[in-house]
Amino acid sequence: MRRLWRWLLLLFVWRATRDPAPDDGHETPPRIVPAGPPAPRAELAVVALLALAAASAVAFIVVYAVDRIPDQTQYLGLALGGAFAFLAAALIVAGRHLVVTEELEGEYADPEPEAAASIAQVVAESGSRLRRGRLLAVAAATATAAVGLAALAPAASLGPLYDLGRFTRTPWRRGRRLVDQYGRPIPAAAIRPAELFTAFPEHADPEEIGSPVVLVRLEPDQLHLPKGRAGWAVGGIVAYSKICTHAGCAVALYRTPLFPPVDKPPGLVCPCHYSTFDPETGGTVVFGPAGRPLPQLPLMIDRRGHLRAAGTFSGPVGPSWWGVRNRKASS
Amino acid sequence: MIEGTARTLDERTHTAPFGLKALRYIFPDHWSFLLGEIALYCFIVLVATGTYLALFFDPSTAQAVYHGSYAPLDGAHMTQAYRSTLHLSLDVKAGLLIRQTHHWAADVFVAAIALHLMRIVFTGAFRKPRELTYYVGLTILALALLEGYLGYSLVDDLLSGMGLAIGYGVALSIPVVGASVAALVWGGPFPGVPAFWSRMYIAHVFVLPILIATLIAVHLFLVASLHHTQFRGGRRTEKRLLGVPAFPGQAPRSLGLMFAVFAALFLLGGLVQINPIWLWGPYHVADGTNGAQPDWYLGWLIGALRLMPGFDVTIAGRTVIPNPFWGGILFPSVVFGILYLWPTLERRVTRDRDPHNLVDRPRDAPRRTAFATALLCWVFVIFMAGSADRAYVLVGWSYETQIEVYRVLVFVVPVVAYWLARRVCVELLRNERVAGQRHQAELEAEEARGG
Amino acid sequence: MSRRLLLGALAAALLLVASSGLASGGTSADGGRRVPLLQRGAALYAASCSQCHGVTGAGKRTPGRVSGVGNTAGIGPSLRGVGAQAADFYLSTGYMPLQSPYDQPRRSRVIFSKRDLRALVAYVASLGPGPAIPHPHPAQGSVSAGFSLFAQNCAGCHQIATAGGYLPDSVAPPLSADSPRQIAEAVRIGPNLMPKFSTSLLSDRDLASVIAYVQYARAPYDRGGWSLGHVGPVPEGLVAWFVAGVVLIAVTLTVGRRLT
Repeated sequence: MRRLWRWLLLLFVWRATRDPAPDDGHETPPRIVPAGPPAPRAELAVVALLALAAASAVAFIVVYAVDRIPDQTQYLGLALGGAFAFLAAALIVAGRHLVVTEELEGEYADPEPEAAASIAQVVAESGSRLRRGRLLAVAAATATAAVGLAALAPAASLGPLYDLGRFTRTPWRRGRRLVDQYGRPIPAAAIRPAELFTAFPEHADPEEIGSPVVLVRLEPDQLHLPKGRAGWAVGGIVAYSKICTHAGCAVALYRTPLFPPVDKPPGLVCPCHYSTFDPETGGTVVFGPAGRPLPQLPLMIDRRGHLRAAGTFSGPVGPSWWGVRNRKASS
Repeated sequence: MIEGTARTLDERTHTAPFGLKALRYIFPDHWSFLLGEIALYCFIVLVATGTYLALFFDPSTAQAVYHGSYAPLDGAHMTQAYRSTLHLSLDVKAGLLIRQTHHWAADVFVAAIALHLMRIVFTGAFRKPRELTYYVGLTILALALLEGYLGYSLVDDLLSGMGLAIGYGVALSIPVVGASVAALVWGGPFPGVPAFWSRMYIAHVFVLPILIATLIAVHLFLVASLHHTQFRGGRRTEKRLLGVPAFPGQAPRSLGLMFAVFAALFLLGGLVQINPIWLWGPYHVADGTNGAQPDWYLGWLIGALRLMPGFDVTIAGRTVIPNPFWGGILFPSVVFGILYLWPTLERRVTRDRDPHNLVDRPRDAPRRTAFATALLCWVFVIFMAGSADRAYVLVGWSYETQIEVYRVLVFVVPVVAYWLARRVCVELLRNERVAGQRHQAELEAEEARGG
Repeated sequence: MSRRLLLGALAAALLLVASSGLASGGTSADGGRRVPLLQRGAALYAASCSQCHGVTGAGKRTPGRVSGVGNTAGIGPSLRGVGAQAADFYLSTGYMPLQSPYDQPRRSRVIFSKRDLRALVAYVASLGPGPAIPHPHPAQGSVSAGFSLFAQNCAGCHQIATAGGYLPDSVAPPLSADSPRQIAEAVRIGPNLMPKFSTSLLSDRDLASVIAYVQYARAPYDRGGWSLGHVGPVPEGLVAWFVAGVVLIAVTLTVGRRLT
């Protein structure tokens, strides 16, 4: 009995999906779309591709539901992408073989200057009651501009438009202790030659652009710091802002010569555009597109032998801007 | 049944005539006319996948400590933005598929627009009456670059964080007002106020998508209203348009292309890893990695930034032009400026003010093709300069030498490219003319023989 | 030929003869095998290293004038006090011997046998007191701590996923081939242009974590599929253009017409 129902269902589906015979009882209007010959192979191909698309989509749901399947992302992508690919193939086959590709003729439309002239005429004639047209126009323009400006004015609250002092402020001031990323103070003796330390100001936000500094120890007789910075290095240890003065990346590379006769001299290098700063001469630019030396932080050693800042930077930190050379770094 | 539905709809909308016109709208038929469609379908994927991502992403800079499923980041300090993206990528089923598909769609979206733009320029489709369509399209491109940059910067991973710092440096480099501009956007010096993340988020998920979608709608409306251009040949003229109707001819092909785009993007999204942020780690101001690069469509800018020699322009102690200005602001402005001015410049040079519905093959307009080739090669050389460091790591060419060589190529290559492209076009045209003359002579000879 | 060179060659020859004589029956008090090891090392040193590092291992800052056999044209740093640590690192990676002192040392095929390596390391270590070969235990470190330390200290040159990188004038190599011992040695030595990281900056525990991370990074979690080398947007852009772009243009060529 069940088998009989199954065969009846199949028969019904087969009959139902066949197109009905053409009805030639009453008059049909002339064809718009030309007729074309049947293409049973293409039809079956499209049906097969659609079935594959359906199977692929079901596979996506199955993979999604079954946790145990590994490499989920790959199988999900294959299933969903595959479903779309089969759909694409079905449509492309249909487009090439199942649909009549007509070449129709049409016309490019011309512009209609009469209509444009009429628009102009409507606008002009609408002003028949105006005697002071120009004054009205000026007043309207002024009102529009003023309302527009008023609408834009609240944008000024987005940030300190004029108070650019914030661009020179850093957490560093005289006496502030240097700490590592865990907050521990740094003894001067811990900095050995050819090492790169990153330090932050104690009790300040390490994610501020003015916070991170690099510490390196050089031979005191190799140091040629600019005038006025004689006391800024303690025992050959110098500190510079870690933020590149070109575009603001962290100066995370330190080139240290193992054998000076063949190796390049020490250099702090930025990985973004390879601006290279010479720590021996006060952070001057020796290669790359940076236009300004790295700001230097003066150091001192406290009674416990830990490093502290002896003041603030030699200049504002970070990339250059209008006032960067004639403002001082502030605390 | 279809007639019943159509009639019901028309009674309630009065759109049947429009519908009929739309069904039989004529599409001139050439494969290169479909490049813009690829971009459109990428945009659809971007909106769909992006909506899903927005349901999981937390645009917050609040600090968190990670104790999730990815062991190498256990205990790491990161923002909520980064953590929510980690969670979506590593713990949500299909989350990574959707996220990777979204990122691939962005890369392919801009590539498709670039290809489409090249087709427009090389065939002169921007000429009257389509200048407006062209300007709208260029604006979509510019907005797409910004949208992509904001999108991958929202995640706050190490690579994109470095990219945001560079964006800040470039903003600061705007002469005179740079710091004020940066202050407005970031709310202060880098890394900015927490609201900066909200600003990026709202720009990326709301303002820019609506702008881009509106411009796409205007662009499509203009294309349809003016009708698409066509190549010469057969019975095509400036007035007579030949093509395939939307239904039933073009519809399965366009739909097929749409699903092919979907397929390509989802297959890439599942099979090829893109932006594995758990391997980069969270961004910190004091951290930097070697080999950090922006997504490909901003590679031209990193090349320009790296090529510039190191100087700030100072006048009377004021820093008038900081260094990143040249590569980050002036260079893209010049390129986009040339592109925006192209219809005007071409009209001026060729003195051609007629409307054109027929487009040229590239060889038919040798000077235009040559100039476009030169511009493309110029941008490409600068783009390649941006990867000189990886070339050193892989192949061993000295970085400093490469930079010097690129600085020379930047001037030499466009000139050579112009000359070469022009020669090729002229030669191709000459060959065609000669072949045509020979064909004509043969026809006449046969006629003389037969007649 | 200079007199110093002659003396050096003579010394090497004598040492070779003496070592082969002693090898057949040492009765020395500090272990019969140590003395021949040192002598073997000395002979190898004389043949492969002395032209740059000097006959006595004190280094040379100015080149001599002889090339070819008995080459003195090289220059190189002093090896006194570098210890077994440095010798083992440079020799086991093939960084040394170096063709020209102006080349960047790169990982290359090790031309010495294991026995010769031990001999050379012992000889260089004997030139002066220096650090011994480290024995790190990465299993005792934590990958997450290592990732954080690597990001702060190493990623600037070696790239966050250990794919290697560039710094002006040299390559920071990728770390896929280094053993834990070699990583520990490099970190403590700071070879070539690399800075060094002593225990005050990276404790032994920290170093073990860093090594654990480097080992993890050789086969990291690539949940998203084909990793493209873990280098970032450059290969991604290539795939976008040359995989997606090519496939989609192929589809448009199938769907649309071509000009005849």
